[in-house]
Amino acid sequence: EANMMNLSRSVALISLFLLPLLSFSFSVDNPTDRRVLVLLDDLSLKSSHSIFFSTLKSRGFDLDFKLADDSKLALQRYGQYLYDGLIIFAPSTERFGGALDSKSIADFVDSGRDLILSADTSASDLIRGIALECGVDFDEDSSAMVIDHSSFSLSDGDHTLIAADDLVKSDVILGKTKIEAPVLFRGVAHSLNPTNNLVLKVLSASPSAYSANPSSKLSSPPQLTGSAISLVSVMQARNNARVVISGSLQLFSDRLFRSGVQKAGSPNKYEKSGNEQFATELSKWVFHERGHLKAGSLVHHRVGETDEPAIYRIKDDLEFSVEILEWSGRSWEPYVADDLQVQFYMMSPYVLKTLSTDKKGMFHTSFKVPDVYGVFQFKVEYEKLGYTTLSLSKQIPVRPYRHNEYERFIPTAYPYYGACFTTMAGFFVFSFVYLYHK
Amino acid sequence: MGGKQDPTANGSPKSESMGAKKASPDLLNSSFSFKSLKLKTKQQELLLRVSILGLVYVLAFIARLFSVLRYESMIHEFDPYFNYRTTLYLTEKGFYEFWNWFDSESWYPLGRIIGGTLYPGLMVTAALIYWTLRFLRFFVHIREVCVLTAPFFASNTTIVAYFFGKEIWDTGAGLVAAALIAICPGYISRSVAGSYDNEAVAIFALLLTFYLFVKAVKTGSLSWALGSAFGYFYMVSAWGGYVFIINLVPLYVLVLLITGRYSMRLYVAYNCMYILGMLLAMQIRFVGFQHVQSGEHMGAMGVFLLMQVFYFLDWVKYQLNDTKLFQTFLRITVTSAILVGGIALGVGTASGYISPWTGRFYSLLDPTYAKDHIPIIASVSEHQPTAWSSFMFDYHILLFLFPAGLYFCFKRLSDATIFIVMYGLTSLYFAGVMVRLILVATPAVCLISAIAVSATVKNLTSLLRTKQKVPQTGSTKGVGSSKSSSKVTLDQSQPFQKNGAIALLVGVFYLLSRYAIHCTWVTSEAYSSPSIVLAARGAHGNRIIFDDYREAYYWLRQNTPTDAKVMSWWDYGYQITAMGNRTVIVDNNTWNNTHIATVGRAMSSYEDEAYDIMRSLDVNYVLVVFGGVTGYSSDDINKFLWMVRIGGGVYPVIKEPDYLVNGEFRVDKGASPKMLNCLMYKLCYYRFGELVTEYGKPTGYDRARGVEIGNKDIKLEHLEEAYTTSNWIVRIYRVKPPTNRL
Repeated sequence: EANMMNLSRSVALISLFLLPLLSFSFSVDNPTDRRVLVLLDDLSLKSSHSIFFSTLKSRGFDLDFKLADDSKLALQRYGQYLYDGLIIFAPSTERFGGALDSKSIADFVDSGRDLILSADTSASDLIRGIALECGVDFDEDSSAMVIDHSSFSLSDGDHTLIAADDLVKSDVILGKTKIEAPVLFRGVAHSLNPTNNLVLKVLSASPSAYSANPSSKLSSPPQLTGSAISLVSVMQARNNARVVISGSLQLFSDRLFRSGVQKAGSPNKYEKSGNEQFATELSKWVFHERGHLKAGSLVHHRVGETDEPAIYRIKDDLEFSVEILEWSGRSWEPYVADDLQVQFYMMSPYVLKTLSTDKKGMFHTSFKVPDVYGVFQFKVEYEKLGYTTLSLSKQIPVRPYRHNEYERFIPTAYPYYGACFTTMAGFFVFSFVYLYHK
Repeated sequence: MGGKQDPTANGSPKSESMGAKKASPDLLNSSFSFKSLKLKTKQQELLLRVSILGLVYVLAFIARLFSVLRYESMIHEFDPYFNYRTTLYLTEKGFYEFWNWFDSESWYPLGRIIGGTLYPGLMVTAALIYWTLRFLRFFVHIREVCVLTAPFFASNTTIVAYFFGKEIWDTGAGLVAAALIAICPGYISRSVAGSYDNEAVAIFALLLTFYLFVKAVKTGSLSWALGSAFGYFYMVSAWGGYVFIINLVPLYVLVLLITGRYSMRLYVAYNCMYILGMLLAMQIRFVGFQHVQSGEHMGAMGVFLLMQVFYFLDWVKYQLNDTKLFQTFLRITVTSAILVGGIALGVGTASGYISPWTGRFYSLLDPTYAKDHIPIIASVSEHQPTAWSSFMFDYHILLFLFPAGLYFCFKRLSDATIFIVMYGLTSLYFAGVMVRLILVATPAVCLISAIAVSATVKNLTSLLRTKQKVPQTGSTKGVGSSKSSSKVTLDQSQPFQKNGAIALLVGVFYLLSRYAIHCTWVTSEAYSSPSIVLAARGAHGNRIIFDDYREAYYWLRQNTPTDAKVMSWWDYGYQITAMGNRTVIVDNNTWNNTHIATVGRAMSSYEDEAYDIMRSLDVNYVLVVFGGVTGYSSDDINKFLWMVRIGGGVYPVIKEPDYLVNGEFRVDKGASPKMLNCLMYKLCYYRFGELVTEYGKPTGYDRARGVEIGNKDIKLEHLEEAYTTSNWIVRIYRVKPPTNRL
């Protein structure tokens, strides 16, 4: 009661990290995208890639097809975004129509919305620029393609049609069903910005791949080679906006979806390539149908109490819990994991505890406040491949003992107490004797 | 009864005489009985004394109100804001909450145990005054009490000075001392209204302790010694300067022992004062067991033990009548006592039980120590060695009255004068080491000067008076033969002596009036500035007020999240928490050097390196003080080298030479590249390159340093400008969250 002022000021708050999550564009309760703008540089793509689009439509997406140079293009009106997701299948567009440019697309992503960007051979500077914003570098040589003399698809005999099977091992990004058939790819190579740790390869080239112009002789060693080449990459921004960047537009085409595949040097022949499954699963991830977590507020209190205190004392026993739910595409399900940890943090973690789950979405632990006072934070930093990043923190001060919270009498000090009182008594007797026995 | 009747008895003849004969009132007066006249002068003297003291009391108070008149009733400077904040807390939450206050708003994320790291005397005093006034139904605001605490205690100090002066010399000296100290700039500088700092109360406590101790030594009375111990307790509760008392008093006792002035009075006074004072001082949490555990306090304990040895030897000497035997005994006792003491000290220090002297203490004894070893102490302007000019400024005529006073003291040596001489000399040495300690020396200087003034004036007037009185007595009582001879010798030198005395008296009064004028001028012009509101003279001599600090702090208070953390150099920490009500990383309580060094490092690093440091400290806002537009010279750029030094003292990656060019600190084109791109430079000069500050000068002309800045094209990557005050004195930047896609 007395610490009121102090406490009210330092009332534990949801940290700034959580704000982007809360201001999540569409709706916190239903994170899956609904309205998607599809930008095409040619309306014929609508039919040549119809399977991909129709799977999206069948999952409830509202697709709005526009030509990339449509003069009425706009992502937002009166400050409100008109779309939740954006698919750019316009690799050769040099300039978007209307008010759209690479900055407004970057802003679109920074507002927490999702993007599928597909380049292709001879991708325009505009498309490269958008990719660069997301930490992806396309091969500078505009005529270069990915060539692989050992992992190409036998169906065509063309060494630029790659049969790639080096997929990222993540059930969250690519679904639980394993993609058996190789994914067919014909397009441009890209590499990832090494300083950007948000972007990762989903589909990598084999070690024998390289990026060069297939129609001319190699005059110098290729810049991009081997598994440094990424064919398809994803980026999850700090605000959990998701981006897919593909070097091949054909990957999403009906032709490659339907095409059979046999990888050179491999006896396995597949009736159907892995493209459809790959593209569909990836679109589920990018549009937040999977791998989206939601955390409730961090709850903590002393053992035996229920209310959250405004301040702890050193060596208090406390209980900590947080609720984490996972979006299944339709509803929120409890998230189950055994690798969620909480830190009790002041410049460095003083306590690091793995939370135990009750399988209903609640994660618990209890621990003793360390014997250090200061302003601590409960921190949950959860970065798991494919899942939304959870970065939760809550500030709580820890105070030392009050003057009357120490032990009143210390057993080891009894000799001193004794000495004290005997001296007093001795002094009294001495004074008495001295004064009255002359 | 006789006293009461006197005025009426006197009154009627006087009116008669006025009516009858105006020519010779002296004759009429002298015709009354001597006895009644004597009583009357005594009463007159008392009346005069009380009224002079009353006037001095009032004067001391009102001279300190210049700051309120010039500016407003506000708290000054830096530390007083902390004191104000804690006092507010004390009055709102009560003593126990105050005592156990853990402040999570400063020193983020470490926090600070306020109750255990402050001297509560000032706050408790102000709170008591506040509660008393409330009880008396004066509904004042606590701020007004805080503002006026310093003048009030300055007034009280004059009373103590009077009694002290009376004790060491006479009432005349006491009165002069009270008058001198009431307006002495050396004291006023730290006790104007609004200067709500520990010293405001502490000087009163210091002088009171000394006075009571001198009184105790003089009388040998337990009760005075007890009073002195309580005075010491108050001092300990109010200010860290109590260390001066606990070292000066033993030193004084030691000097008395050596000079053979040991007496039972001294024994009683010191032992009682030391033991009780020590026990009482231990009740202050911040001081705790220092009296038995720290090197600074060991002298007092050593002298205490020495007293016991002395007493014991005295007793043995009394028991043994054989001098030879006593000599050997003395030798053995003294050697073994010194040996035991030395061993105890050695063991205590080696085992860490007795802490070594602190850096502050060392820097007092050796003025160059801080500069070499503790930049954080050396960086404070009030810790600089004192310039001669500031002695002149703060003491004026006292500076040469002081040696004269010393002369008089030595001429009439007693236990009391020895004390004041020692106090004067030691404190004057410390005043030479540190500017702020002029304050401690001021009472001693005033007292000793007062002795000089009083003794001189008394001698001169007595010279004048005897000449006037001699003919009077002659006319009434007749000339005695024995007196006539002495009168003849007097008469011979009379014209010269009389004129000389008058001339000297006029000179003294001229000097004293100059002193009064000087003090008034200094108080009104130099020492009444609150330093949180700056004033300058405009082109037409008009006063221009820069209220940028408060503007910035109120902006913080109104526009930032309540849990925002503000990083600034430590000077502004107290003000930000008190006025801005926001959490700060470091503040003026410089208890954690590493934390300050981290801030210093951030300020002197490149922006991206600084960003990592700021992120690790959860900094949301950065505040810098910049004087380039107004020409305000104590800004962060001028303090910057100290940040580099303090930062470099802990983090060797920061190297001072990187910021200098040929040993010179520059901000113009010739500055070092690291300087031109460090965070502090960028934050101070951001957008400054577009600004024309002075007519006829290029854009980006820094008026505080008189140069055109070297980097006009400053781009910020991780910070953005949040607020800049109207005169650009305070600039606040927001730390951006990490980029979304990188």
